[in-house]
Amino acid sequence: MKNIVIIDYGAGNVKSVNFAFQRLGYEPTLSDDPEVIRSADYVVFPGVGHAKAAMETINEKGLVEVIKNLKQPVLGVCLGMQLMCRYSEEGGVKGLGIFDVDVKKFDDELKVPHMGWNNVENCSSIMNGVEGQTYFVHSYYVPMTEETIAECDYGLTFSASLAKDNFFGCQFHPEKSGKVGESIIQNFLNQ
Amino acid sequence: MLSKRIIPCLDIKDGRTVKGVNFVDLQDAGDPIELAKKYSDIGADELVFLDITATHEKRKTLAELVERIAIEVSIPFTVGGGVKSVEDAGVLLHAGADKIAVNSAAVKRPELLTELADKYGNQCVVLAVDAKLTEEGWKVHLVGGRERTEIDLFDWVVQAEELGAGEILFTSMDHDGTKSGFALDALRKVDGLVTIPVIASGGAGSEAHFLDLFTKTDVSAALAASVFHFQTIEIPELKHKLAQENIPVRII
Repeated sequence: MKNIVIIDYGAGNVKSVNFAFQRLGYEPTLSDDPEVIRSADYVVFPGVGHAKAAMETINEKGLVEVIKNLKQPVLGVCLGMQLMCRYSEEGGVKGLGIFDVDVKKFDDELKVPHMGWNNVENCSSIMNGVEGQTYFVHSYYVPMTEETIAECDYGLTFSASLAKDNFFGCQFHPEKSGKVGESIIQNFLNQ
Repeated sequence: MLSKRIIPCLDIKDGRTVKGVNFVDLQDAGDPIELAKKYSDIGADELVFLDITATHEKRKTLAELVERIAIEVSIPFTVGGGVKSVEDAGVLLHAGADKIAVNSAAVKRPELLTELADKYGNQCVVLAVDAKLTEEGWKVHLVGGRERTEIDLFDWVVQAEELGAGEILFTSMDHDGTKSGFALDALRKVDGLVTIPVIASGGAGSEAHFLDLFTKTDVSAALAASVFHFQTIEIPELKHKLAQENIPVRII
């Protein structure tokens, strides 16, 4: 059985992420303990809410260096992925700097949050073979970069998914994206 | 392109689905879990559960139900009904709800929207508003439309966005249950006044009504109950019809 740890630092819907893995037959552990996180085969870094508040909690819990130095596959989801970037315009907060890109706010001309199902395209890495739509809820976005492994259009083209070495990120919620989401989680667990 | 969302609404009482639900192939249409899975399988984009349980004690049942839904269903869902405080919302969000709908409690104490947004983020705060067109214009109504207030619908949705709502679920009491189409003019105006997504509710009776809604307004989503529960409208056919008319929808 794969040892999957979901980082539980009090930011949002950790339970939904856990349930999604359970539907696929896995039994993840929820933890904010650095030792437990380091010992995992796979680490999931979720997040919902405000970037600044979430980053403060990660700092308080001493998890910044822990996450940055993980060598096993790590999946950041939604705010989790954004916190893995250099910097976020949300609260002007410095992120973990794993992905070499800054998080920006959507244009005021658009309905924000970008909420609902949208197409993911030009898919590679853990997004390889993914066709269709995934569920997004976010007001800030990651621009296109060399680390982009899937893109999405909402007023502009942005990164739906990122990969760099053992680190992966999804702006959308795979745990809320039906069968398509399940296939992405499975792809991650095949890394 | 962002899809227009199709959202069935389920009324829940004491942990069971109420109001006639008529899926022939369901063993127990009163079981919210079975119904939710069914809707998820046929392509509903989201679900809304409105709890109409009267007593406080029975609300524990709701949290248990929310957790069971979250375990089983892999699409987002909103839970509403009687949420009056950050604590009420927290119980449901921690049980696995993605969003919380607030209605009367936000009218009576608008700062509730700010408290919820500060604690959980505006993406999970849905302002549900019921309104009727009166001689003085569109007025917000409470208690499922029975109690009129002097609050103007359009003022209220603008204020709600400023306070922290992340989405507006607007039900026209004049259209609800009539199956004569959505309140297009009011919806267009609400949608134009806010920069957050708007869900249209009340009046869905045919596929053409959904097409009208999405061609004549820019709302993000449509919510309906009985037309889906009684299979007057089948979600897969509805979506194919909308797709043929170039409305962006998610086809599964």
